[in-house]
This record gives sequence, structure tokens and C-alpha cells, in this order.
Amino acid sequence: MQSVGKSVRRVDAVAKVRGMADYVDDIFVKDMLQAKVFRSTIANGRVKKLDVSRARALPGVVVVVTYEDVPKHTFPTAGHPYSKDPKHQDVADRRLLTDRVRYYGDEIAAVVAVDELTAVKALRLIDVEYEQYEPILTAEAALIDGAVEIHEGTKNIIARSEYQLGDWEEALAQADEIFEDEFSTSTVQPCALENHGAYAYMDASGRVVVCTSTQIPHICRRVVGQALGIPWGRVRVIKPCVGGGFGSKQDVVVEPLVAFLTTVVGGRPVKLVLTREETFIASRVRHAIHFKFKTGVKKDGAIVARQLEAVSLNGGYASHGHAIVDNSGEKYRHLYDQLAIKFAATTVYTNMPAAGAMRGYGIPQVMFALDCHMEDIARALRLDPLDFRLKNLNKTGYTDPILGITVRSNGLPECIAKGRRLIRWDEKKAARRQQSGPKRRGLGMACFCYTAGTYPLNLEIAGARIVMNQDGSVQLQVGAVEMGQGSDTVFSQMAAETLGIPVDMVHLISEQDTEITPFDTGAYASRQTYISGMAVKKAAAEIKDKVLRHCGLMTGISPQSLDIADAWVVDHKGARVMPLAEVALDGYYNLACAAPFTADVTNSATTNPLSYGCTFAEVEVDLATGKVKVLEIYNVHDSGKIINPQLADGQVHGGVSMGLGYALYEQMIFDPATGEPLNNNLLDYKLMTAADTPEIGPAFVETDEPTAPYGNKSMGEPPVMSPAPAVRNAILDATGVKFNQLPMNPHRLFERFKAEGLI
Amino acid sequence: MITKKINCTVNGRQVSIEVDIRASLLDVLRDSLHLTGVKKGCAVGECGACTVLINGEPYDSCIYLAVWADGQVINTIEGECKEGRLSKVQQAFVDEGAVQCGFCTPGLIMSTTAMLQSGKKFTREEIKAELSGHMCRCTGYQNIIKAAQKALED
Amino acid sequence: MYDIVNYEEAGTVQEAIRLLQANPRARLIAGGSDLLVKIYKGKITDAELVSLRGIIALKDISIEGDGTVRIGACATFSRIAGHPLIRKHVPVLAEAVSRVGGPQIRNIGTIGGNICNGVTSSDSAPTLFALNALLRLEGADGTRVGPIQDFYLGPGKVDLRQAEVLTEILLTKENYQGFGGHYIKFAMREAMDIATLSCAAVCKIVGQNVIADFRLALGVAAPTPMRCLRAEEIARGRVFSEELLLETGRTAVTEVNPRTSWRATREYRLQLVEELSKRAFKQAFVKAGGVLL
Repeated sequence: MQSVGKSVRRVDAVAKVRGMADYVDDIFVKDMLQAKVFRSTIANGRVKKLDVSRARALPGVVVVVTYEDVPKHTFPTAGHPYSKDPKHQDVADRRLLTDRVRYYGDEIAAVVAVDELTAVKALRLIDVEYEQYEPILTAEAALIDGAVEIHEGTKNIIARSEYQLGDWEEALAQADEIFEDEFSTSTVQPCALENHGAYAYMDASGRVVVCTSTQIPHICRRVVGQALGIPWGRVRVIKPCVGGGFGSKQDVVVEPLVAFLTTVVGGRPVKLVLTREETFIASRVRHAIHFKFKTGVKKDGAIVARQLEAVSLNGGYASHGHAIVDNSGEKYRHLYDQLAIKFAATTVYTNMPAAGAMRGYGIPQVMFALDCHMEDIARALRLDPLDFRLKNLNKTGYTDPILGITVRSNGLPECIAKGRRLIRWDEKKAARRQQSGPKRRGLGMACFCYTAGTYPLNLEIAGARIVMNQDGSVQLQVGAVEMGQGSDTVFSQMAAETLGIPVDMVHLISEQDTEITPFDTGAYASRQTYISGMAVKKAAAEIKDKVLRHCGLMTGISPQSLDIADAWVVDHKGARVMPLAEVALDGYYNLACAAPFTADVTNSATTNPLSYGCTFAEVEVDLATGKVKVLEIYNVHDSGKIINPQLADGQVHGGVSMGLGYALYEQMIFDPATGEPLNNNLLDYKLMTAADTPEIGPAFVETDEPTAPYGNKSMGEPPVMSPAPAVRNAILDATGVKFNQLPMNPHRLFERFKAEGLI
Repeated sequence: MITKKINCTVNGRQVSIEVDIRASLLDVLRDSLHLTGVKKGCAVGECGACTVLINGEPYDSCIYLAVWADGQVINTIEGECKEGRLSKVQQAFVDEGAVQCGFCTPGLIMSTTAMLQSGKKFTREEIKAELSGHMCRCTGYQNIIKAAQKALED
Repeated sequence: MYDIVNYEEAGTVQEAIRLLQANPRARLIAGGSDLLVKIYKGKITDAELVSLRGIIALKDISIEGDGTVRIGACATFSRIAGHPLIRKHVPVLAEAVSRVGGPQIRNIGTIGGNICNGVTSSDSAPTLFALNALLRLEGADGTRVGPIQDFYLGPGKVDLRQAEVLTEILLTKENYQGFGGHYIKFAMREAMDIATLSCAAVCKIVGQNVIADFRLALGVAAPTPMRCLRAEEIARGRVFSEELLLETGRTAVTEVNPRTSWRATREYRLQLVEELSKRAFKQAFVKAGGVLL
């Protein structure tokens, strides 16, 4: 291949290194007003009295809006495609502003002022009295009979689901040993460097225009329409450059409120950019999930029965809701084999920040639990942990009876073999028998599987549009969103590949506008290279077809025997016929049959491949202080054919770094009595700095996925899925202590080491 | 509104401007001088996205009062590309895949530029220490360090 | 924009004192990295500031004829860490201030601001306590010089009177010459963090391994930075050994009374006090020229 598979320079790198990439807050709009949200200082309760008169009177304040001024209806916020089936629609439990407070920081009122400082000072002039209820901060508290309902009529349950395959009792009876264990993961936050922000104004015809940092422009448009109760066609969403998302922007967070506020101030532009402290609690967090396993195994290591019960904490509002833990249940089923399997999950409301999508969507959680559980079983049975996993993996050809998807490429065994070599697993294991010093070293690994997109559970469509210029170069528009992962570059490569032109003749229009950008549900589920990529391929193929037909008209040569290579039309022998530019020019200006070459296509996905990977980690544990140093870490991925190796490396670097943060450093901490967030800032929330991050080694095993546009599978989320269990297993190897809870920070290690007598 | 007149050099140009005493240098650079390459990530000097060079040294402009800029030489990302040519550091960031979402990029380029301009030699560990005042969620810092090493090599 | 209603620049220390006298609401600002964040968080509203940044003399670092090292209160952490006089005579202080935040913070933050902020987690304080640093304060009532140990009154509170300016930190020769020192900042991150527990140890030896003098100071082990006087006492005159280290750690634990907070439990802090005291002492011993057996 000419472009696909090459480490082509990012198409947006130059703009970004020059400081020329415009993010929401960089865009200058005349007469822009600034909004700030008045947030609750209790976690559960109701506003009894609200006095905004002093705030309204402050010079520079344009308007103060409260829950009494907003529509009464509720709307959903999740970045899922709309479903025509009411049973499949997202939970609509948000109001623009609320008097029923459901988490510390909930949105009660909004101030619009001439500048930010005035708005901040106005917030201080708002007086509020609450009727307080006991904050519900655990699943147990949420599910107690008679507990205060966070949302009326729900008994604090968003949803429950379960599945079962095979004959459970019969399978369990075949087990030589049964293992039961529990694991808990933590609440962490995506921490994209660009805080959530948007501005909105009304154009001359009264349509609401929202410019926002979003992963989902088209879905955002629909939700703003729903929130305001206006036809979706009266809303326009613009996406400029996005400074990271990691799932927190696969949700409609600030847009409905700014859209509403602009209607209140006569269409004047209103901007709302969250502070870092607000982004932590008022955007989205990762679901903390509690897992309970029961696994029946034969002594030779064959798993016969697997059961998982999971409880997922969703916070005060549904957002993506139960879909996360359902996803956990899905990949739990996909990775390993058994005779019978049972899964049951519940997602509950709590008085905490809303949990939504975050890179991995339930899989970093379940893979932590699952692959730690697998490790423990292997050790208990005295089996090699790698062989135990390999023995029970689902192989190529596996078809999931519930979703109907089939595995056509599976490089996981090769990934495991490669990781084992890279970290010198066998050599180090052999050298390290008994350790006795104050620092202990250990090796651990873990694996995962993932899908590309959400077929068949949800609609999976993607649009792409290509227009060829007179000189043979093209504009490419996709509805898929660039948020740093490199999708703009990868699509440019794909279009170039199929068109037969150099990448620099493809100009991908990065800024999106729902008025003109093709429909696509957006950047999530690691779907874009697989699904939107196929749309790009189709569009490019259509353009190429039109070019060759037109060239056929110009030359009399049959289009079937023509091709395009390196921006030249060539014949079946590869000999040059004419420059592509000549055909393109003629396409524009031929007096008899001008028709500029354009293509506007939709891809609808009906397949979903599994991608795989593993992490191998070596740690050194300082027993006395509980600090863990990661000495070596490798992630080996089967993501099919790698479209851009440098970008793929980058995804692994970032995902592993996020996975290490998940394993060792990060957690959101709340006051157990009041639910007040204690560490919603970048000092107390321990995001790793360069000084904390070890060298990260990405590696790939390239399979060729036949259902993909270029053999590719999901790459964006996978890297964050297996570092945490690999590090936990390495700590276990080093110290003999099992940690079944995240994060494995020095405090926790100290407590356990003390309890186990290691120190 | 109380203002104070400051005279400083920004990206090689003399600037004479009345600044609000309440304003941070970040506010003035972005809102008055339209140098929006300098980013606001946290407003409290934790993330480094607002890093500019003042007399050749990196500072978080969000916690630097605008009035303090009087008499100082300030460099922001916008001044690095001269006559359409990327600086050595900018080119290294492009070549080494050190850019993903780009939000942390301008600040990191400025700190790396300070290292280059110092003329000193830096080991990999020292590079990490010099860049430890910047947070990045996309890259795991790997290619950023590679880019810095590339820019600093002779 | 910060909630600032008044800003004045003092050209001299005397002018700063006059401005503070004239306005009881006025606060001094040097680097601003603590103060501006407090204003941002709304802990201080309608702030009235008197800036010390224009007073060149306050940034000075020099050495007197009698060997006293004088550090201007407005000297930044970067300046101190890189200054030849500091690196030569009190390298442990250079080490300690190098652990503050990150490079950008070290370029703006000042040692005077760090001390006057009065927090037990200050990175400069334990070392200054261990070196018996003296502070010079100039105010409306004249000048006074006193030990840093007396300056810290409680969490976030120091003995800085209204209309008073901390102008210098003084390190006398008998308190640094011949000492080897080591500072450990134990935090959850290697940069951009506040200490969970910090420890400064300085020692002077006789021969290869006899402890002539030993000072041990801790941060975040108590409401203010503190010295472990009992641990120091038992070390003086002893031959350095693993036994002595263990005793030092155990004794230091008896001198502290940390509390449990959401940041760390009491038990963990005690563990760190014991462990880090040993590690810091060992390193200080080696840097003092001691030979480990």
C-alpha cells in the first residue's frame, strides 16, 4: 500500500505546533457574554429557597436564570445514536437546571454577565437554602429498601440485565475446583486537557448555533433540540478543534444550557467554559464497578463454568447508564470460553458526579477484575498463568451466540508470545526465585478483547463526502471527529490510498458543522477507523470510478482497464495515460459533459470484529513506603492492519499511561459523610507527570481483518484495558499480596503489607 | 476598572498597553493581544498549558499578573515559526509524533525551547524533570521526550 | 481575572511597610503562586495587594565575612537552586527547593512566600529548621531577627505582624559548615505535588563514622514543621550503624503526632516518619563524608 500503513505526519500537526489550531475558547465572537453555573453545595436534597436578587443587581450581570425559568421536561445526554424504539432510548433524566439536587455541584441557576469575573462574583451573591437528605454514596445505600429515591419511581436503579448460556448446573458439576472472588474499581476522570466548553448564539433567522468541544456534533444537535423542545433542524452545531475527550465529550454536557441562555438574552452569544474543578465533577466520570466472580475449573485448567455479578455506580444522572456494565458483560463473555456462563448486572444511581463514557467503556473495569481473577486461579492451580489464559481463549472462528458477531482475525496468542519475549519473561522468572530485600520485583500480564463500534446493539452509520478539485486534489468531509487520536490523518491516508493519490493531495476539512458535515454518530467505541473508514473508502472508490469513466470518455479506453496511481491515470500495464488533473479539469469544464466528481456516501456496518491485546509489566515495590515503580511495560496489540504506525504508537503511549494512572495513582475522593468532592483539581487528583511515567513499549501483531476497509480493527480504546491488571499481577508476583481494588496506591499497599506482616 | 500601563516585548515586538490590574498575563495575551495559542487548562499553575517564556524562562502565565510583564521579554508559541519556517523544536514535535490533541503542545514547545536556548546538555531524566510542569493526557509523554531529545541534539 | 481591587508596587522595604501601615487590608505579594490561587478559589475576596517584586535587594543572595549566607526573601526557588553560593555552602537547601512543584513554579515562587504561607508541607522549611535558619523581619516597630522555629505558630499561621516584611533568611556558618545534608520529599507524584511527608537531615561527622552533630526536621508530621530533638540527641556522639538508624526512626516516631486526614492516615504518616528519617540520615551521613560499613 502507498499511504495506508505508513507513518504519515499528522495533517494537523503544523497548525497545532504553531498555536494556530482554534479550540472553542480561542474563537473570538463580538459581544460575547460569559456564563457561570450556580452549583449546589450539598449532594442530595432540594432547594427550599433561592434568592438571586442581589446577583441580578450586580452591575455587569445581564440575566440570572434559575430552575424556575427552564422547561420542565427532561432530556437524555448520552452520546448514543437516537433510537426510534422507546425501549432502547437513553434515560432522559436531566433538566437544564434543577431544584432537586442529586450530586454536590448540581446545576441550580446560571448567571450571564459581561465578563467571567463579574459572573463569578454574582454567584457569590446568590443565597440558597436546602432541604437536605442523607447522601447516597454507595450501592448498598442506594438499594436499601425505602432509601430516598434520587430519581422518582426508580428505586435508584437505572437498569438490570442478565444473560445465560449453556446448562449452568451441569457445567458447574464438572468443575474440580470453584473459585469465588470480588473486585472493585474506582471513580476516575478523563482529564482531557481542554475543559468542557461551548458558546451559543442565535442567527438572524432565529436558529440556535452552538460551537462546542464535542466528540458527537450530530448527536449534540439532536439533544440540544430535545432539551430546548425545538425541531432539530433549527439547531446547528459547530465543532472546532477538540482538545481531547476520552469519552467525557461523548455526552452533551454544557451545550443545552448555553443554547437555552442565548435564547434568554435575545440571541446574543453566550459562552460557558467549565473550570478544571467543574470539569472534574460536572462533566463525566468513569463508572466504578464492583465485580463478583464464581468460576468452575477442571484441574487441567479448562474453565467449565463462569459467573459474573456486577454493580455499577452511575452517579446522580443516567448519561450512558447501564450500557457500560453491559459492555463489561459482553467482553467478559467474548474473551474466554466455557461450557456455561451467567451474567447479571445492576446500574444504580448515587449522589455523585454522573458517570458516562470513558475510554474503554466498562472494559478497563472488567478486564482488571477478570484477568486478576484468572491470575489467581492459575496460581492456585499451580498452572502457568500464560498457558492458563491461552488454553481458555476464544479462538478465530468464535461466534458470539448473543450478538451474532464472528471472530475472523485473532492474534492474541501471538501478542502474548511477543510480550513474553519483549519483557524477557522466562529469563527473569527463572532468575528471580526468592526475594528478601526491602524492594521486591515482579512480573505480571493481562489481556483483553474489544469490538469496533456497537453493532448490532446500536445504529452504526457513517457518512463521507469527497469533492475533487480541478487539479485532482480532493476535499474530504467526514462526520467522524478528530479529538487528538489522529482520525483526520488516518482518513486522509485511506482516501489517498483508494484514490491513488499522494496524501498531501487530500484535504480533510477538520472543522465540522452539522449544516454541511456528513452524518456520523461520532468518536466513540473505537468505531471510526472501522466504520467511518469504510465510508471514506466507499466515497473514494466512487470518485475513482467517476474519474475512470470520464477518462474513458476522453480516451476511448475502457474504464475497467484503467487505474489511478500516484495522481496519474494508468492502464492495466501500469503505463501512464494522462495526469489525474487533466481528467479532473475536463470534468469541470467539458462543454458536452461537465460533472465535477463528487461522492456522498453512507456506510452502514453489519459486522463487528474483535481486537485483542495484552500488557506485560515488570514492577519494583518499595515495601516500606508502598510505592510501586514500573520498570518495564509493553502493550502488544492485534488491531488488524495498522493504518499509521506512529499514530498507533501514540495511542498505545497515551492509553498505557491512562491505564497506569488507573492502576496506581488516580481516584476521585469524596467526603464519606457529605459527598463533597475533595480532590477535584489537578494537584490533589494525581494525574501522572512526565517524571512519573516510565518508558512505554508498544508492539503490534498485524492480522488482516477481512470485514474492515483496510484490514484494520479498533485501536483507540484498547491500550487502556490491560495495564491495570498486569501491574496488579506483577505486584502479586513481587510481594505475594493480592490487590483486588483500584487504585493500588502507596496508602493501600502500606496497609496490606502491614496487615500481612511484610513490614 | 483600574489599569496600569505596561511596556514589554512580545514575540520580538514592542507592546505598550493598558492592562487591568486584575488581569493575569494569560488574560492579556489571549484577550487583548489575541495570542490564543497560549491555553488555559487549570488557571492555578498546575497543568502548564499556559506556559510562556519570560526572559527566556518558562512561567505559568495564568498565575503571573499582567502588571508584572512591564519591562519583560515575552515569547509565546506564535513567535516561534519565523517567516513560515518551523523552529527546530516545532519541527521535532511534528516529526516525532509528539502532538495529539494539541492542547498541551504550545506550552511544552515553549519549555523545550527554553532548554534549547539555554545551550545546556540534558539527559533523558533531566528532560523529564524540565518538562514535569506540563500535563498531557494523550501522549503519555513518550514522543514529547523523544521530540525534546531530537531538538536538543546537535 | 483575579478579584483584586487595589495593587501597589513598593520600591523599597520601607515603602512596603508604609503601604501596609496605611491599609490594614493590604497583603504582600511576591511570587503569587500561593496568594493568587487563594484569590482564584475565593478564599480572599476584594484583594488589596502590595507587591515586593520591584525590590531588587530582596532577591539577593550573598555571603558575609563571617560566613553567614544571606538569602533575600524574594529569591525564587530557581535562583536559590542554581546559585553558586548555595550549591557550595548549603547544597541540601538547593536540593530541597528543587523539589517544589515544577520548573515554572520554581521560577516564580519565592522562599519568603513559602515560609510566610506557614504550611507544614513547605519544601524549604524542614531544611531551614535543620540549619537553624534565622529570619530577619522589618516592620513599623523596627527590625527583629529570630529563629525560624519560633516563626511558625500553627497551621498556615506565622508570626508575621501586620506592616511587617520578611526580608532575609540567614544561615550562620556554624550551622552549615562541614555538614552533609539530604532532603526527602515523599509525595504521590515525582513533580507538581505537595509532600505527604518530608524530611531534612543534616549531620557532621568525626573520623569516618562518628556523629558529631545531627539535626532531623520533618514536614507534614505535625501542624508546623518541626525538629526531632530526641532523635537528634541520641545520635550525637554515636558511631553510625544500622542500629543507630533503627533507633533514630523509632525515636522520631515518638516525637510526632500526625493526624488522619483524607490525604493520609496517621499510621501511614508514622510509617513514613520512621522510614524516611532513616533514609535521610543515611544519605546525609554519606554526603558528610561518612563511610558505610
